[in-house]
Amino acid sequence: MKVWVPRDAAAKALGADAVAAAFEAAGAEVVRNGSRGMIWLEPLVEVEQGGVRVGYGPATVEMVGAMMDGSAESLGPVEDIPFYARQNRLTFQRCGVIDPLSLSDYEAHGGLAGLRKALEMSAEEITTHVTDSGLRGRGGAGFPTGIKWNTVRQADGPQKYIVCNADEGDSGTFADRMIMEGDPFCLIEGMVIAGLGVGATKGYVYLRSEYPDAIEVMERAIEIARENNILGAVLHSAHEFDMEVRVGAGAYVCGEETSLLNSLEGKRGVVRAKPPLPALEGFLGRPTVVNNVISLATVPVIFEKGAEHYASFGLGRSKGTMPIQIAGNVKYGGLFETAFGMPLGELVNDIAGGTASGRPVKAVQVGGPLGAYFAPEKFDTPFAYEPFDGAGGLIGHAGVVIFDDSADMLGMARFAMEFCAIESCGKCTPCRIGAVRGVETLDRIRDGDGTAIPLLVDLCETMKDGSLCALGGFTPYPVMSALEQFPEEFSGVKEAAE
Amino acid sequence: MSTTAAPYDPAEIDAIIQSHMDLEGPLLPILHGMQAAFGCVPDAARAPIADTLNITEAELHGVISFYHDFRREPAGHHVLKICRAEACQAVGANALGEDLLKKLGLDWHGTSADGRVTVEPVYCLGLCACGPAAMVDGQVRGRVTAEALVAEVSA
Repeated sequence: MKVWVPRDAAAKALGADAVAAAFEAAGAEVVRNGSRGMIWLEPLVEVEQGGVRVGYGPATVEMVGAMMDGSAESLGPVEDIPFYARQNRLTFQRCGVIDPLSLSDYEAHGGLAGLRKALEMSAEEITTHVTDSGLRGRGGAGFPTGIKWNTVRQADGPQKYIVCNADEGDSGTFADRMIMEGDPFCLIEGMVIAGLGVGATKGYVYLRSEYPDAIEVMERAIEIARENNILGAVLHSAHEFDMEVRVGAGAYVCGEETSLLNSLEGKRGVVRAKPPLPALEGFLGRPTVVNNVISLATVPVIFEKGAEHYASFGLGRSKGTMPIQIAGNVKYGGLFETAFGMPLGELVNDIAGGTASGRPVKAVQVGGPLGAYFAPEKFDTPFAYEPFDGAGGLIGHAGVVIFDDSADMLGMARFAMEFCAIESCGKCTPCRIGAVRGVETLDRIRDGDGTAIPLLVDLCETMKDGSLCALGGFTPYPVMSALEQFPEEFSGVKEAAE
Repeated sequence: MSTTAAPYDPAEIDAIIQSHMDLEGPLLPILHGMQAAFGCVPDAARAPIADTLNITEAELHGVISFYHDFRREPAGHHVLKICRAEACQAVGANALGEDLLKKLGLDWHGTSADGRVTVEPVYCLGLCACGPAAMVDGQVRGRVTAEALVAEVSA
């Protein structure tokens, strides 16, 4: 009997290892797959019944016998569960389906098809293909990936690099973690194609230390890829590419590409001024592609199915799909990959079912600690780059954190400043000192000093305009969006309800 | 800083440094290597690292102190990392953190007098749809309670 028990960190955090061990003890053939992204059902066990994978979850050790003899109450075929069936899975097409460390499983589900096509193309054709797909940086900046690649392709240098930004520090996001744990060859394939496209032969995955499970899976996958000539002489061609994992050390700001490069070089993770662009002077001063995990992991499917296919999804200039992560106080939390354009409210209320507490949704924060809060009045905003920008926010890495009506918005604004103060690299004064002053100013407002509100607004303007990177520059988003949409909580007359 | 801490074997320190010297940008891997071997980056490792990489000890200190992960002395026997980021706050992480610190009689970054447990804040473990999240000795935990965490580190 074949069963699947996820090895994804979220499944493990909810007891998957004990469930897997119980199945093995009972004689089942256990595959440790990635997560299907329905985190509220984890550990989500799948049992093969008549060629169909039937789901059970959240599974417990006590349920193992009943799941094996079919007497346990099932969720039906996993792929028919509405949360899963309603998605457009392109980047995550294999995540949760295959054994993440089985190369044959990977190939049987479309893996390496993109790389084989790319090997028949010239470097210029590869970068053009990525440009045609409309793929934009999934880390949050939204810069067109193909244009970045083309800049690196045309740059001169004795050595070029592909650096994958896997320093996924935004609260409410876990797409990078999920794909690295659930489909690591997909990221490797994407990095190899990037290498072919720009003429780079070496890649690094800068992976945060908070993700020990992802580190383990990625490192093993890279070994397997080397043994099978995906890395090295790429599929026995004349092209060379090798890569390694580098582990971060707990600094949030290293998710910013230039501080990441400094960290990779063994320096303090301090932000660099741009220009020079990393594309021209990146790692060790050499031409470097720095892309987010999801950007790179989306490349294989673009080559497998064609740029036109990918670009046929989406809204306006936001082409393709986005793995949206719905988290926080949420009933049906998890990863939902869909074409750009779904209204925020549909995601929050319809897909995710509102709050876990059953209380009304007060606000959602989109895009991590630097993203704006959206009150339900703005829930008609379509999930895409430009519409969010127009609504005073950003999609960032597409994390959506739901808060119920017990949320303390002044407290959340204060936390945004506090977090910025803790994680500031110290290079820019508005961020380094402004964040500390921001905490103090919000404390004054909480204590009833309404005259401090204009000061806070002014401070936010200064941080926005005067910081080199998004940490200082975007911390005003959560602060100002909380102030603008919930002014009564900043009025200085309301007692802090403890 | 105690000067009576266990002596660190200079040969082992050197071996860790040398095993990373063929890497581009070897410093962070070296520091992680020290921490894996000794539970910290011992002061005794500073001069040999600085010498080998041809950087000043001040520069090295700047790097070590920049990153939250690197310790000067080993942590307690158990290390509890509690997520304090927004998604976990939305499901009660602040109250959980306060409750836990009270039960352990510690503050953030504190280690119990008997060396049994160190408690640290962490900003996101990527377990944002099953919070509040924590990590106990490198193992992830979702939907945690203060009671369960205290029980885990009581052994």
